[in-house]
This record gives sequence, C-alpha cells and structure tokens, in this order.
Amino acid sequence: MKKELRLSGTGGQGLILAGIILAEAALLDGKLAIQSQSYGPEARGGSSKSEVIISDKAIHFPKVTKPNLLLAMSQEASKKYSEDLTAESILVTDSLFVQTLPAHSGKVYELPITHTAKEVLGKALFANIIALGAIVKLTGIVSEESLINAVLNRVPKGTEELNKKAIQLGMDLIK
Amino acid sequence: MSKILLLQGNQAVVEGAIAAGVKFFGGYPITPSTDVAESLAEQLPRVGGKFIQMEDEIASMGAIIGAALTGKKVMTATSGPGFSLKQELIGYACMAEIPLVIVNVQRVGPSTGQPTSPSQGDVMQARWGTHGDHWLIALTPASVSECFELTLRAYALSEKYRVPVILLMDEIIGHMREKIELPENYDEIPKVERKLPTCPPEEFKAYATDESLVPAMPPFGSGYRWHVTGLVHDETGFPKGTPAATLSATNRQHDKLYNNLDDIVEVENYAMEDAEYAIVAYGGAARAAYEAVDLARAGGMKVGLVRPITIWPFAEKQIKALASKVKHIMVHELNYGQYVLEVERVVKGAVPVTLFAKYDNDPATPDAILAEMKKAFK
Repeated sequence: MKKELRLSGTGGQGLILAGIILAEAALLDGKLAIQSQSYGPEARGGSSKSEVIISDKAIHFPKVTKPNLLLAMSQEASKKYSEDLTAESILVTDSLFVQTLPAHSGKVYELPITHTAKEVLGKALFANIIALGAIVKLTGIVSEESLINAVLNRVPKGTEELNKKAIQLGMDLIK
Repeated sequence: MSKILLLQGNQAVVEGAIAAGVKFFGGYPITPSTDVAESLAEQLPRVGGKFIQMEDEIASMGAIIGAALTGKKVMTATSGPGFSLKQELIGYACMAEIPLVIVNVQRVGPSTGQPTSPSQGDVMQARWGTHGDHWLIALTPASVSECFELTLRAYALSEKYRVPVILLMDEIIGHMREKIELPENYDEIPKVERKLPTCPPEEFKAYATDESLVPAMPPFGSGYRWHVTGLVHDETGFPKGTPAATLSATNRQHDKLYNNLDDIVEVENYAMEDAEYAIVAYGGAARAAYEAVDLARAGGMKVGLVRPITIWPFAEKQIKALASKVKHIMVHELNYGQYVLEVERVVKGAVPVTLFAKYDNDPATPDAILAEMKKAFK
C-alpha cells in the first residue's frame, strides 16, 4: 500500500526533519520511503512543506499527488497545501496557528500541538515530534517502535527522554 | 557488508566522491548544491583530503584544475549561476585535458532564477557552455543510488579519457531522500587511476599518445615537467599555431571520446521490449515518466521509457535505433525544449517527435505525462 503524507507549516518548525524521521522509521519497518521538500529562499519563515511517500513497492515519482494526510502547522500552509485533499484525506492542524479551517469534506483533527510543546515541555521546538506521535497514532503508517528509534537516531544526545515524552504526548492527543 | 541509509542525492554524490578517492574539493556554496560542499567539508579531512571554500566559482575551477595536476581526484559543485562562471576554465580543462568532475545541480534560470525549484535548463550549456569546438562527458542520475554510482563512473571516465565530466543533476534528485544501500568499506570498490608515463622524465612528451589517443599524465612533483596551456599545443605541450598542429589537437580531443562511445554512452530502457511508443526523459523528469509508463501500460498503451544516463555525448546510435522501432517519440524535459533538438536531429523526421516541456517550477506529475501521451500517441 502506498501512503502519501504532507507536513506543512512555516520554515523553522522542523517539518523537514519530521519528514526525514518518518521516512527513516519506514525503512526501519522494512518499507521503502521517499522524502522531499519544497520551500522558498528564506531560511526562516515562508511556507514550507515536507512530503513523505511510504510503500512496499518501488516509488518513482517523489512528490505527493494524492495526500492521505496533511499536517498544517500554519494558517497559510493550511490554505496553500490543502487544494488536492480528497474526502479520504485526513487533515491535522495545529490549533494554535490554524484558526480558519480550509474547505475539507474528510476527517479533521484540530490538535494543540505547539500549545502542548510549550506548556508541558517548555519549548515550542518539540512540536514536530509531538506531531509525529499524533500522526503515527492516527494512521499507523509506521510502527511505534520504529518511530521511537528513528527519533532517537536523529535528536541531540541528552534530549532522548524529552523526545520520547514528546512522542507520547502526541499519541495522547488522539483519543 | 553493506549499510542501508536514507540519503539525499547530493549526499550520495559525496559518498561516491569519497569512494572514488577524491582528495580535493574547491567550491563556492549555492542552492541546490550546497549539501555537496557541506558534507565534503566534513568528510574530506577524515580521509586526508582538503576542502577549500574559494572566493568564487571561477577560482574554485582554477583550484581544482591545479589540484588535479598534482595527481589528485578533484570535485567542485555548483548550480546554474556558478556553472556559468565556471565555463571559461571548463574550456581550459578540455584543452589541457585535465581530469575533473563538476557537479551541477540545476535550478530554474537564467541568472538567479528560482534557487529552490527544479529545472533541466542547463542541458545545452553543459555541452556548449564554453567557447570553441570541445568535447566532454555529462552524466544524469535519476535516483539517489544512481548519484553514488554515476559519481564513481564520472571519475572512472574522467581519469580514463582525461576529460572534464559533468554530473548534471537537478533539484529533484539532489534534494530528495530515498533508500540507498552502500558498501560498508569503500576500499573494496575498484578505483580507476590515470595513466602514468613509462619513459624517464627526460624523454617525456606531455601530449604524446598511443592508440588510445589519451596522453599519460604524471603528477606535478614527481620529477616529470611539462607545460600546461590553454593555447593550442603540440605533443610537447608548448604552443604551436600551425594548421597541422591545430587539426591534430582538435581531432585527437574529439576522437579519444567518440571512438569509444560504446564505453561512454549509457541508456536505460524501461518497458521497451514490445513498445510501440516511447517517451524519452532523464534525471528528475524521468521519475514521473516511469510512473506514467506504468499507468499507460495498465490502460493498454504499449509505451516504454528511454532514459539517457549519459546525456553527452548524445546517444545517437540508441536514438536512431529507437526511431526505427517505435511509431512516435515524446521527449519530456523540465525546460523549454533542449534535448529534444538533438533527438529531432538524429530522428530526421523518420517518426514524429513531440515535446512535453515543463518549465513552471514544478515537475510534471505522472497523470500530466499520461494525458500528454494520450494526446500525442493516437
């Protein structure tokens, strides 16, 4: 089964890293994955998207055309990157940033991702890992074990416990 | 033993460079090629190599030419604006026959263009960017694994033929990450080394050749002395302006490559066995084309993909053969139409050649290519 995910928001939110982690988790599960991104020339700010395709079979075209899931972590991204959503697509938004939902007939999860990062872990920069926890709980796209291992392979030493907690917090956002 | 990694195309180029034995990089960072410089800055010192960020792209070319003359395998990496600046010294490297590899990760141009958007607009520049009659090799990878393999191959060809090799990538392949399996130990990878002279230094003539037409190249500092010049020279390496010397130098620089096209030119055929129609696409644009072919096949259309891996010299023999096999050829590229001109030149009207050009920052989707094929292949 081919699954296509688009993680979008503002440059600096760590969404490219989140996409890399998800793709690496898929490889740990023994699947194939491609991660690609699109962003403007700005180093911070500006809309950015990170796309991940996961499949058991060879993936040729690296860009997402039929998103199974869109994560939108800014108001602008929720508008800009939601045009190709279908009724089957899942839309996940960060409720701190997305006040107006784009037109979408499928499932919507408005989650306090960055709010939780700030309130519980004291730093907004854990938002991307919390988002991954929520996405994996929601879709089962990779195993929880591979997600944890992929996160731990990528984060700085000494932050392992906080990042594990971030994954759990993300999973707990999905009832 | 091998390791499985998720790597960017640009990072796979770096792994290929280290595996090939590159010991010098001179460059100036530019999106979307910056990862090549960034990774090599970290990796080269670990293998006893040198990394220098030069003041600009022209100086970077000069630096790698100098380093190559000391016997090292060398690399520079850039994108369109930097590739333009490198052209003068690419010509010098062609004339002086210096083996080196230039990575050009194409972005939208001309000028500053769109730094983070994919394009294949430098195809003709890779061939004709520097002035004068000259010949070189350009390779175009279409996957992260192929970035590694073609970097190795770029060095093998560059050393064997003493010629600049351009690794002509695009933003799609350079930036995307996919699975790659790499050998644990690069020492096991066979390395191609340049030919050394067999005569003593006092008898050495810098550009004397055997039937291979490729002169031996001793490193500076080894006792062999020779004159390196961008002027037309005879076999001593010193300038010579006679018609006979010019004719001989020009012909040899052409023939050393074009007598060996079967060794140099590589083309992949995908679903071509029973194909009645063909799409020709390369690099990042080929990724959508594979999927479009699968979709078309599922709908009963007998179409296949011909993917040039060696983009220069042009795959003349393969495209000629294609024209006698299929009823219609479509060329898909991420520019206004460049490679298609060569396809048309060789096909000579034997079958229709249609261009599907895409030049609006986004690659064509498989569905878009399928729609174009349905229109063209009736």
